[in-house]
Amino acid sequence: MRLVLEGFLNTVALTLLAFFGALLVGSAVAVLRIVPVPLLRAVGAVYVEVWRNIPLLAWLVLFVFGLPEVGVTMPLFWTACVAIALYEAAFVAEALRSGVSSVAHGQGEAARALGLTFRQSLRYVVLPQALKRVVQPLANIAIALTMATALAGVVGVVDMTRAAQRINLELAQPLLVFTGVGLCYLVMSAFIGYGARVLERRLA
Amino acid sequence: MFDAPGPRFRRRVLWTSVVSGVVLLALVALGLRQFAANGQLDPVRWQPYLTWPVWRYLLGGLWSTVVAAFATGVLAMAGGLLLALRPNRFTRAYAEVMRTVPVLLLVYVMLFVLPSFGINLPVFWKLVVPLALSHAASYAVIFRAGVGSVDPGQREAGVSLGMTGGVVTRFVVLPQAVRHMLPLLVTQAVSLLKDTSLGYVVSYTELLFNGRVLASYTGLLIQTFVVVAVVYLVVNLALSRLAHHLEARRARTAR
Repeated sequence: MRLVLEGFLNTVALTLLAFFGALLVGSAVAVLRIVPVPLLRAVGAVYVEVWRNIPLLAWLVLFVFGLPEVGVTMPLFWTACVAIALYEAAFVAEALRSGVSSVAHGQGEAARALGLTFRQSLRYVVLPQALKRVVQPLANIAIALTMATALAGVVGVVDMTRAAQRINLELAQPLLVFTGVGLCYLVMSAFIGYGARVLERRLA
Repeated sequence: MFDAPGPRFRRRVLWTSVVSGVVLLALVALGLRQFAANGQLDPVRWQPYLTWPVWRYLLGGLWSTVVAAFATGVLAMAGGLLLALRPNRFTRAYAEVMRTVPVLLLVYVMLFVLPSFGINLPVFWKLVVPLALSHAASYAVIFRAGVGSVDPGQREAGVSLGMTGGVVTRFVVLPQAVRHMLPLLVTQAVSLLKDTSLGYVVSYTELLFNGRVLASYTGLLIQTFVVVAVVYLVVNLALSRLAHHLEARRARTAR
């Protein structure tokens, strides 16, 4: 039973920390992708394409087993956390960018016509509208991230899925164990979905 | 959102470019130094990747990856179509569950649960079945959106011509829906291709698993997985480009 609790807590912690990290990095990358400096824009685009097009499991393997070989050692949990955060950051950046570009061009132009500066029109006109629109996509990313944390189990972090597999070996109660863990994931994502709805109503 | 850039603004852009370029170069140099300091840039460690046997092995893995992705895609699309065309309480619940349960958990069920009930599938299916079960839900969402994007007048016109519901769906709605969905379907193929990397867990000899075998054989861990990652990147980037291209074409012809 201790293993279940440990697995559950690890999954929750991984999800929260990685999502927070993905938000930070993703916002930075999204900014890079919309600034009027071609070089920075290219950097943002390369980041998104590289992270998005390589499987998370390949990243995890590279980070967890590769980093120590170049002399970077971190605790296993944190290495996995960083890899997941950087991976999901690419998706967050895309969600934020499409949120900003979904705000009608006319809105930005109107703000500029009223004499607001670039920063002001972004701050008072575009971003508030964009924010509302990115809540749902971000919630979807958070749910996908919850699922993605299961992969950390493959490289050795004792997360919920990994715990289920190990307990199953001891208890030989597969149906019970796996259904229980599946339910835990369901509850977590239901929680995220509920939070997103509340947040959306607040912003509306 | 930008004004046409004036001279002052252009100068600022230039400065930012220069400064960020220098910072970027410094970061890359730092990374490379770290690699070099640990001997990872040693040509001897990279040379195996210039030889054909190694590439034949990796490309064999890539082929298995593509085969698994293709099989999964066909099964998942069939499942998704069923889910999308029959919206009821069961299919909605199914989609909701599959959207939240990690594929890895399903893979573990295949690996550890079903054998204890006497069902032991070949390795290939242990990978493909869970992936198909999970991706069917995503395909259902895509299909539903695609069908929703077809003007309801099209269906009505078909029905008024005396076609039955099934015939209208098959010959009027779906062909138009597919045109709308094409970019999304290609994007989904990227995600499918990435998910087959779970072959690493079930010991199906796809790209990532072959990388693991190769790494333990040669002991060149970083080099192997960097090369594997680049192969994934090239293939998926090509697919992403295709999706982008299709999307652009759709946007052009939609008007």
